[in-house]
Amino acid sequence: MAIEVDGKTYETDEEGYLADITQWVPGVADIMSKEDDLELTEEHWDIINFLREYYEEYQIAPAVRVLTKAVSKRMGKDKGNSKYLYGLFPYGPGKQACRYAGLPKPTGCV
Amino acid sequence: MSKVKKFMYVNRRAPYGTIYAWESLEVVLIGAAFEQDVSMAFIGDGVYQLTKGQDTTGLEMKNFSPTYSALGDYEVTKIYIEKESLEERGLTLEDLQHLTWEDEDDDWAEKDSIQLVSRAEMVKVFADQDVFFNF
Repeated sequence: MAIEVDGKTYETDEEGYLADITQWVPGVADIMSKEDDLELTEEHWDIINFLREYYEEYQIAPAVRVLTKAVSKRMGKDKGNSKYLYGLFPYGPGKQACRYAGLPKPTGCV
Repeated sequence: MSKVKKFMYVNRRAPYGTIYAWESLEVVLIGAAFEQDVSMAFIGDGVYQLTKGQDTTGLEMKNFSPTYSALGDYEVTKIYIEKESLEERGLTLEDLQHLTWEDEDDDWAEKDSIQLVSRAEMVKVFADQDVFFNF
């Protein structure tokens, strides 16, 4: 599978995750979210950027529980809760936001 | 409600060359999501998994050593290092990553995850566990 962003082709795996994280550009998230009929707001980008920083530091995509806690610490409890995060990413903040961020599927996610 | 079991992951091998160390770490991270009581032990060449400054350029394997720092986020806060294994390899705790966890109930106070234990003490730690995973 593959997606196309600005005329460039990006390979994805069978579940739609980017094959090569190093190729990621913000346009990847734009295209993926359009396919899901989701409009990305600043709040979405905060989470996407946070996930990219997390991966940069720890080399893994965090589990939802870990993401929630880390967001809570960094951005406050009003954002670090599953209601808020699922509100932004209805298919699951772990799976969906990681996919937009070009990360692999979170370790432990089925 | 089933009783929370105590899971011990025993790591005895060098980090690269085989897939054991990475597989162990992945299983620990997955297992931690299921609210089990998780501990890790590093024995023998396993202590090399936590050494600082790992560089896998030329090995064509991912340097996953930064991931150990995420263990605290996964509430894996009991990491036992066997003292004799370090000494036999000319290492000290200073050569290992400083792993910590943040206690949400204590205003995110940073606490040490690593406990240096002697071989004899490790036996006692093991005696207290319900399930073992050997890597």
